[in-house]
Amino acid sequence: MTAGADATPLLALEGLSVAYGGIRAVKGIDLTVGRGELVCLIGANGAGKTTTLKGITGLQPVSGGRIRYDGADITGRPSFELVRRGLAMVPEGRGVFGGLTIEENLTMGAYTRRDRAGIAADVERVFALFPRLKERRRQTAGTLSGGEQQMLAMGRALMSRPRLLLLDEPSMGLAPLMVQKVFETVLRVSGEGVTILLIEQNAKLALEVAHRGYVMESGAITLAGDARQLLNDPAVRAAYLGEVRATP
Amino acid sequence: MRALVDTKGHPVLVWVGLALVGLALVALPFALAGIGTAWVRITNLAILFVFLALGLNIVVGFAGLLDLGYIAFYAVGAYAYALLASPHFGIHLPFWVILPIGAAIACLFGVLLGAPTLKLRGDYLAIVTLGFGEIVRIFLNNLSQPVNITNGPQGVTLIDPLRIGTFSFRDTDTFAGLAFTGPVKYYYFLLVVLLAIIVINLRLQDSRIGRAWEAIREDEVAARAMGINTRNMKLLAFAMGASFGGIAGGMFSAMQGFISPESFILIESIMVLAMVVLGGMGNVWGVIVGALLLSFAPEVLRYTVEPAQQALFGRMLVEPEVIRMLLFGFALVLMMLFRPAGLLPSATRKRELEVRR
Repeated sequence: MTAGADATPLLALEGLSVAYGGIRAVKGIDLTVGRGELVCLIGANGAGKTTTLKGITGLQPVSGGRIRYDGADITGRPSFELVRRGLAMVPEGRGVFGGLTIEENLTMGAYTRRDRAGIAADVERVFALFPRLKERRRQTAGTLSGGEQQMLAMGRALMSRPRLLLLDEPSMGLAPLMVQKVFETVLRVSGEGVTILLIEQNAKLALEVAHRGYVMESGAITLAGDARQLLNDPAVRAAYLGEVRATP
Repeated sequence: MRALVDTKGHPVLVWVGLALVGLALVALPFALAGIGTAWVRITNLAILFVFLALGLNIVVGFAGLLDLGYIAFYAVGAYAYALLASPHFGIHLPFWVILPIGAAIACLFGVLLGAPTLKLRGDYLAIVTLGFGEIVRIFLNNLSQPVNITNGPQGVTLIDPLRIGTFSFRDTDTFAGLAFTGPVKYYYFLLVVLLAIIVINLRLQDSRIGRAWEAIREDEVAARAMGINTRNMKLLAFAMGASFGGIAGGMFSAMQGFISPESFILIESIMVLAMVVLGGMGNVWGVIVGALLLSFAPEVLRYTVEPAQQALFGRMLVEPEVIRMLLFGFALVLMMLFRPAGLLPSATRKRELEVRR
């Protein structure tokens, strides 16, 4: 099920570099995400995964290289403009609006849209995807569990009708059972035709759901390829899947 | 919004209620004049503080940006009016020209403060805004040399009152057997402006802009991820809040006829902020209640504490000002304990506090 047969990828990073002051956190990486694909970017803590995402979404200035989205150069474009172009992100740590209800969170996700009827229909669509959220639609987001908040964050991102969804560590800080659920959801969203770039520390689960994967190490891509192949790659297994040392 | 527009339940009752409130507001100055004309003046100042509190509420309550130098915009508006309608420069423009100019200049100052502080939040923003308020006051105090612009600590005197043709808001007119004194006329004028400002605030809260501010207040990064231009929205909050302050300042100038930098000290900024916090950040009605309460309370104390002490001890033991600050502090502590989101909290604020606890 490897998609991405289209001529131009939806997202292409060409030699992307991102720096914090003098420290280069991302050192000229190349990465593509084809239309309809689910691509994961895995790596240890501090490898530069989140920084890559911040560079793409304009939250951190890019110090070198290009970002192409749907053929257009979007390097250095402000975040709010990207959302209007159909690029949605779920920020690290979920970032739900804790004081707003679930319903209000979802409508906030549709901030760039003005079609009231369409928004209402999409709220129901998200509820169909996450029945748990529907039960608590009038509850404040801050009262949800971590896993439910992650679902809400994803649902909210879908409200902008994105073509590309960027997920930053959706499994972070969640109970194992919830992690399973979140990944099932990622698969379901991908199944709806949304292109996804998934950033994860949980390499095993990420590679199991993704079509392709990239492995990042201290700011550079060290391995790339088909997700199944990476999953069986001895180097990946040793470094990220805990084969050598029997620690999770 | 809801209280004003949602008349579906009992339309007749609601309209009768509104009419009664309106009638009471119209009759109020005459009732107050019975106690003493000073009370009409006090009411007018209280309404000005409602303007200020509503303006600050946009910045603090809606957008969640803590501003401790808000009185600077009041000062800018007041000086804009004073300098363009007094013998100081010999310029006497009509008020409908100056009030918008004052609002525009205050708005410019709002952006001036907002632009360099875009990346600051919470404590850091508070410190910068506090400094800004002081800088404006110190400038007003010292801009008498080398070119005399503000007349320094002496302030500007003989400021023109509001005037429409030959109808001056300062003089007393008799109409239908009723004496309309200056303060009474100002009261009606302020009431009309107040109504407009309340409507603007309520509409703002329910608008797309209001929702963007709400998102920024809750989580700025997430707000950006929603496609909100957080930079422009924050600047807009500063600009709008500042313009309200500027309009209030202009009217203060016209009503008082005299202004000096002393009217715009830090404690005034803190008072306005206290009005917003006490009433209920983010809730227009709460903020109005807070502003009225904190404006009237000291005056009521002034008129009760002194006679009470005279009667009890035969002399003044504690200055009313001291008692006022004491009670004021006490009220704030009690409020933080029992109603942390304000007397009339905004629904969202209340929920936020519950979540964070």
